Amino acid sequence: MFTLSGGGLKLMLKNLKISRELILIFGLILLAGLIFILSLSFGSSYISPVTVISHFLGLEAGSYNFTINILRLPRTLMAFLVGAALSVSGLILQANIKNPLASPDIIGITGGASAGAITYLSFFSADYGIGGLPFAAILGAAVVSALIYFLAWQKGVSSIRLVLIGIGIAAAVDALVTMIIVFSPISTTVQSYVWLTGSIYGTNWEDLFQFLPWVIIFIPLAFAFYKSLNLLALGDKVAAALGLNIQLNRFLLMTISVALAGSAVAYAGGVAFIGLIAPHIARKMGGKSYSILIIYSVLSGGMIFMAADLLARTAFLPLDLPAGVFVSGIGAPFFIYLLYRNRNQF
Amino acid sequence: MTYILRNQKAKLNMLLFLTFLLITAAVFSLAVGQHFVSLTSVYRAIFSFDQQSTRHLIIRSTRLSRTVIALAAGGSLAVAGALMQALTGNPLAAPGIFGLNSGAVFLLVIAATFFGVTSMELSIWLAFFGSMLAGLLVYFIASLGRSGLSSLKMILAGAAVTALFHSFTQGLLVINQESLESVLFWLSGSTAGRDLEMIMPLLPFILGAIILALILAKDINILLIGEEMAAGLGQKTIIIKLLLGLSIVILAGSSVAAAGAISFIGLVVPHISRFFVGNNYHWLIIYSFIIGAVLLLIADIAARIIIMPQEVPIGVMTAFMGAPFFVYIVRRGFKVNA
Repeated sequence: MFTLSGGGLKLMLKNLKISRELILIFGLILLAGLIFILSLSFGSSYISPVTVISHFLGLEAGSYNFTINILRLPRTLMAFLVGAALSVSGLILQANIKNPLASPDIIGITGGASAGAITYLSFFSADYGIGGLPFAAILGAAVVSALIYFLAWQKGVSSIRLVLIGIGIAAAVDALVTMIIVFSPISTTVQSYVWLTGSIYGTNWEDLFQFLPWVIIFIPLAFAFYKSLNLLALGDKVAAALGLNIQLNRFLLMTISVALAGSAVAYAGGVAFIGLIAPHIARKMGGKSYSILIIYSVLSGGMIFMAADLLARTAFLPLDLPAGVFVSGIGAPFFIYLLYRNRNQF
Repeated sequence: MTYILRNQKAKLNMLLFLTFLLITAAVFSLAVGQHFVSLTSVYRAIFSFDQQSTRHLIIRSTRLSRTVIALAAGGSLAVAGALMQALTGNPLAAPGIFGLNSGAVFLLVIAATFFGVTSMELSIWLAFFGSMLAGLLVYFIASLGRSGLSSLKMILAGAAVTALFHSFTQGLLVINQESLESVLFWLSGSTAGRDLEMIMPLLPFILGAIILALILAKDINILLIGEEMAAGLGQKTIIIKLLLGLSIVILAGSSVAAAGAISFIGLVVPHISRFFVGNNYHWLIIYSFIIGAVLLLIADIAARIIIMPQEVPIGVMTAFMGAPFFVYIVRRGFKVNA
């Protein structure tokens, strides 16, 4: 009798916990929806949120087809997807190398993608069109990650060594990017520079549909690995004792992380810090299991970049600034705050 | 610490050889470029200048200033790196890695974009102030926490502060796009396009900072044994550290004001010098200055000829040369606060 009621209590608590998470997810979706509507209604011409909603319900007889459907909708969706991809990429990276300060931009993965993309833009896009861009970016990200991984390898990869070597390689890759920019014709210098800070200016449906497969494939794939992530979070020794092939899983997870970061950079430029901030927000919301953390990360990352792009488009009208500037403005101080928070760990 | 030059005589001989190398590199730096100039012309351009000769004009107007900049910036960065490594007890310490360069660049970009500042005098002070700001910030962030300053925390703090200033700079440039052309110079690091007169005001600062460092050399050697030991021997550790900081800020700031953000020289050169003379800072400072100057001169010459007629930005060259070295030190492993 006693055990039964104890079990019942446990079950109840478990249900309670699940519902708490569900409420949080619901809240996040609601908030993301709100930013989504606002993002569609603000811009060089203002459309009231109510009108936006009735437009979607088909009550506006297509009077906003151009502004909403052609200009703002693809861009807003792209912002969400890019933010989500970078956020999940960062989450995996942080879990993988167990360092709260790791993010694709700090250790040079974003830089590698930028180098790949900029090289493609300056030397190949004239001949082969823009379609190869994501592959160039992912190739760049992959080469840099492989290099960091290879150089950090001494009978396995230690997390601190990986971060340090990443910082060194990031400096070299930044130099490479600078060089390509300096060599590109003057007319594209400013363009490249703006692109580097991260901008989704002028996104159309075609871009969106090219980017979509990457997200649709790799985010669920990350989700499929949530058990490995949970085990890795316990520490290498415990994970190995529980039968996890650490180096293999680490490698596969890195691949997912690189694909997400690389493809996001290909379409949105070198957006920094989302991969750092969003996973932390996700963790703050309290999920322990990575199944929940991934969902939180998708929503918070997408939301942050949507909000940043909204701000960047509207804050200095008629200027359309790169959203990356706004993300960095919040992200860099946040990084320092994290360093402060973790001050006793190093 | 193993090093190869054990006695005074060997160190002096090597110093002579390095000085010879420095002069050779400087002469080549005057002679090599889009137009090759014979060594005799170089000699004449310096000692019997003829205003009618184009060759002499090239040397006097562009090459001489480049050479002086590379020499001064390379030497300053190397000494700054050596001093930082002593001050922080961290073999990966260097002006670029700890964000000093990015701090200086940030203030220079603000001044250039919003206030149209071009005067070298003002730029120097801004660069000093910027690197000081970044240095203090890194030092402060890294010393938080129970364990105090640790090598790892310092590097992470450096990366964070670099990222911070980097993003501010990017934001400024994106809002104010017209000015990008004019400041790309500082972002990528370059020895070109500066008159000798613009650089002259810097030289007294650099000289002063290096003399200060040499005066402090004995105290640095004591400091390296350990802070408690140094205090026990009656050293006023705080004052020594402050003076060291001052010297570092002046050296790092001057090099940015002269040549923009040049990375890795400050990291690599002190280690090369240590290989020769060990951790005795009397010698290390002098060796670092000369080797730093030689390396940057060579990098600058290579930058000019690798892809003629274009030029690789010098900061890019040094990054490619230095990054493998950084990786090497990380892989070798380093003791925290050794």
